[in-house]
Amino acid sequence: MTLDFFRLMYPELSLILIIFTLLIIKIFDLFKQNQSLISFFNAIFNFYFASLLFSININSGELFNGMYISSSKFAFEKLILTSGTLLILLNSAVWLKNHKHLPEFYLLLVSSLLGMQYMISSGNFLMFYLGLELASIPLAALVNFDLEKKKSSEAAMKMILLSAFASGIMLFGISLIYGTSGSLDFDILQTSINANKLNIIALIFIFSGFAFKISAVPFHFWTADVYEGAPFAITAFLSTISKAVIVFVFISVLSPIFNNLQFLWSNLLLIIIPLTIFIANIFALRQRNIKRFIAFSSIAQAGYILLGLSSNNGLGFASSIFFVIIYLLSNIGFFAVVSAVSDSMGKEEIDDYKGFYKNNKKLSWALAISLFSLAGIPPTAGFFGKIFLITAGAATNHILLIAFVALNMVISLFYYLNIVKKVFVDSSQAPLADVKTGLSAKVSLIICLAGIIIIGLNGALLEYITKLINL
Amino acid sequence: MNQGIILNIINSTFGLSAIIFFPFLSFLILGLSGIKSFKKYASFIGIISILATFILSSIVALEYFFISGKTADGFVKITALNFEWLKFSESISLNVGILLDPISVMMILIVSFISLMVHIFSAGYMKDDKRIKIYYSFLSLFTFSMLGLVVSTNIFQMYIFWELVGVSSFLLIGYYYQKPEAVAAAKKAFIVTRFADLGFLIGILIISYYSQSLDFVTIIERLTGESQYLNSSVAVSFLGVSALTWALVLIFIGGAGKSAMFPLHIWLPDAMEGPTPVSALIHAATMVVAGVFLVARLFPVYSLSCPAALDVVAFTGVFTALFAALIACTQTDIKRVLAYSTISQIGFMIFSLGISGYGGESGLGYMASMFHLFTHAMFKALLFLGAGVVIHYIHSNEVKDMGGLRKQLPITNLCFLFACLAISGIPPFSGFFSKEEILLAAWNSNKTVFFIALFTAFLTAFYMFRLYFLIFWHNKPSNSKSKAESHFSMIIPLLVLAVLTIITGFVPFGNLITSDGKILHSHFHFSFSIIPIIVAIAGIMLSAILFKTKSNKTENLNLENLLKPVKNKFYIDEIYIFITRKLVFSLVAKPAAWFDKNIIDGTVNYSGELTGKVSEKIKTLHSGKTQGYALWFVLGLIILVLVFAYIFY
Repeated sequence: MTLDFFRLMYPELSLILIIFTLLIIKIFDLFKQNQSLISFFNAIFNFYFASLLFSININSGELFNGMYISSSKFAFEKLILTSGTLLILLNSAVWLKNHKHLPEFYLLLVSSLLGMQYMISSGNFLMFYLGLELASIPLAALVNFDLEKKKSSEAAMKMILLSAFASGIMLFGISLIYGTSGSLDFDILQTSINANKLNIIALIFIFSGFAFKISAVPFHFWTADVYEGAPFAITAFLSTISKAVIVFVFISVLSPIFNNLQFLWSNLLLIIIPLTIFIANIFALRQRNIKRFIAFSSIAQAGYILLGLSSNNGLGFASSIFFVIIYLLSNIGFFAVVSAVSDSMGKEEIDDYKGFYKNNKKLSWALAISLFSLAGIPPTAGFFGKIFLITAGAATNHILLIAFVALNMVISLFYYLNIVKKVFVDSSQAPLADVKTGLSAKVSLIICLAGIIIIGLNGALLEYITKLINL
Repeated sequence: MNQGIILNIINSTFGLSAIIFFPFLSFLILGLSGIKSFKKYASFIGIISILATFILSSIVALEYFFISGKTADGFVKITALNFEWLKFSESISLNVGILLDPISVMMILIVSFISLMVHIFSAGYMKDDKRIKIYYSFLSLFTFSMLGLVVSTNIFQMYIFWELVGVSSFLLIGYYYQKPEAVAAAKKAFIVTRFADLGFLIGILIISYYSQSLDFVTIIERLTGESQYLNSSVAVSFLGVSALTWALVLIFIGGAGKSAMFPLHIWLPDAMEGPTPVSALIHAATMVVAGVFLVARLFPVYSLSCPAALDVVAFTGVFTALFAALIACTQTDIKRVLAYSTISQIGFMIFSLGISGYGGESGLGYMASMFHLFTHAMFKALLFLGAGVVIHYIHSNEVKDMGGLRKQLPITNLCFLFACLAISGIPPFSGFFSKEEILLAAWNSNKTVFFIALFTAFLTAFYMFRLYFLIFWHNKPSNSKSKAESHFSMIIPLLVLAVLTIITGFVPFGNLITSDGKILHSHFHFSFSIIPIIVAIAGIMLSAILFKTKSNKTENLNLENLLKPVKNKFYIDEIYIFITRKLVFSLVAKPAAWFDKNIIDGTVNYSGELTGKVSEKIKTLHSGKTQGYALWFVLGLIILVLVFAYIFY
């Protein structure tokens, strides 16, 4: 038992250990210089990442009477989240260097990651809810991490209020479920949930909580304001990692538990998907600020992921996870460039990028590749990701929906390519000067770009994911 | 028997893939090396690589048509290479490979040959350009993608190369990126063809869903004849039309986008902003026939399983042929006339496929379409390269700046004349043979189509010779430059193409390329071919009367000039001219051009505006007020609950 406890809950326990280490560092003020703490933490985190990578196949089983479940699928999902976080941390080294409260930043970020991992591994709604709260509350504090900025505080306020609101509604849904079936255990719920009205309402409530987290229309309103106010690193985290975890949980929690109500939630998605993609596209068209732009672009991308989920079969889930990985790489690649620009010159408007190519040849290409992948232009990975999603969605036989989604892919081309055009074609009186990026940011950017290109050309990853899903 | 003599390339993986990868290599060398290095040798590297490709493709063509592909009564399909690349599901996987059959072998021959001519021509045409290295790397990229497209073993590989072709076309149209028109044209071409490709993609998804395969050979096998795949795809219907018909129509929309069929043709005339040799290669001879090639590739499915989709193909083709020919009569920009004539000629190929049956005598349309594709590539490339010489000499695209150039540019004059005779359908030039076959096929299957096509053939002769006379005869030029002809690298391709324009008509096409791979013994129909010849000569005569000597441009038309040539002619001529100039120009061609410019183009522009307006209207939703957001949250939730819990269940 004890051995199992350490063996199975290894990813979370390590994170808790890291959190305590950070607390001790904070209390005794062990690191006088930010740079040394950054190096120290990156080293630990890299080590943690490596250990996850090597233990990916050995953890399988359950703890605490099925409260906590571990499997190689979950381990893989945790690995994705951790690697995304690592890439973001590498990117934000320059910004962190001058920050006064560095240990707290790490502390909060790791706590949020811990919450997400518990969410993935949960075998009971109680555990799931705890994980959810642990994942979202530290994030609100992180959004406020540019302490002197008013916009940042406002964003944090909005986020905490609205996410409390969403949690409340979700909790209400969960309590309804408990009322009808007398259990919160996922195993029992899978068989006991049937299509009575109370369960339908409960599903819709829980679903809306999910939709809020993944910012699907009409639960997306917080997104743009919060993304705009938050520091770049946190915007990147919100737009990638916190969405990825919802997708994973959707696959492992929502779809099996509500399997009996499958017709209902696929119809729900049928309404949500076109709304999400279309509204997000329309708003993305008119954004001037790069963070607000990425907010709407990420909402639209979430819509594509939901399309894969709506198929409710192995292929759909596998392609959703596959797309999440690609989206993570593309978005973080994009953030690596824009946050480097923001850190060194404080420019956050799209128009500031006019003539960017003149002084920043390599960064411009990196930006273009990331945007091509987000837009789904072959031969980048984004193209294959979207193709698989659409193929999976086609299995639902809603040809109109597929056509509409595909049409929106073309609309989205316009705003992604608009930035590429500004960077390469437009000329400016005063184009941005040569942007200096740190070594770690370069490494992160190269990993993202290599991933975007290699994953597109090599099918091994998808095959691996399909194998995991079908286990 | 002869295998000892010819290198056995068809059976060598390396030799076959080299055809495609030589251009790719040159793209890599030119595109990725530093700005300064190789600049002097850019054209040399480009030409050498494409020359190698051309030699290899010729050998493959010889081997295919005379040894490997040949059977007792026709030709077989050879899947020469096939690698599994990505696995979609258990049954569907995406392969990359090389499929050899009569049409793909013909296409690699055309593509590599025209590309070679254009590469050589560009060495002279672009020699003062600063970015010549980038130019050649783009050309190589295009050649690579186009070759990859035509040899595709499966429909998804084709789609990927299809997009790559689109990208290289985009890059080349926007090559003069300092010119705002060029950038706008590139964008337009990209967006319009992307919309069409969307149809293609959805079509692919439907086809692959029902046939459980992406492979061309398998798809054709499964969707023709009695099979469970065909039955299931016909059984499902959407809006009263079967899934298979939807798929084929959608795929045709993809093809129509690339091949500039009405109403997706709007990008092609604008695409003439690119360098002229590029227009010759991409927007006349090769890329724009990709749509024809696509329909031809899936022809058995269209023809045997879904004649309804084939009707769509036929009527789109014939309407486009007429429509574009009418517009061509009113244009004054030399390249735009050629662009519309290209659209019109592709219309001929498309409707010829559309009216064709499968196999035997009824498959004449298919063979004629491929034949026309072949001859058209030669004479249209010749026309564009000739236009390139003229533009290079005059530094203008407008015909009003030209005239009497036959003195200064004698060789170009002769070559251009040959090409005009070919496109008009005068024997013994190549266009005559292919067009005559098309018209015969039309006569055999659909009389309406035949008469429209015949009238279009008349218009073709008319507007082509209008262009010819305005450039080379007409007035004396205002500035008489003494320097005659151009760089030899520009003249050689012209001469080669001119010779081919004369002789390619005699290729026994029915023995090589037919709808079912069996030999079709076509014979000349001398009694029949008199009609097209008379019609073409009438068109030429009319434009000779109107444009050969006098100074009456279409634009500033006044009655004096109009009546002068009529005075000494028969009364019948006057009616003829009245009908063509007044009725056809003012009542049909001008409105058609207006419709084209304002309605078709306008819709595209307006849809962008509309989206902007909608977003303007709903922006107040994002007020920034938290309570407002919460309100929307609850409203959304309530609506969902109402819809699902109380209305549906």
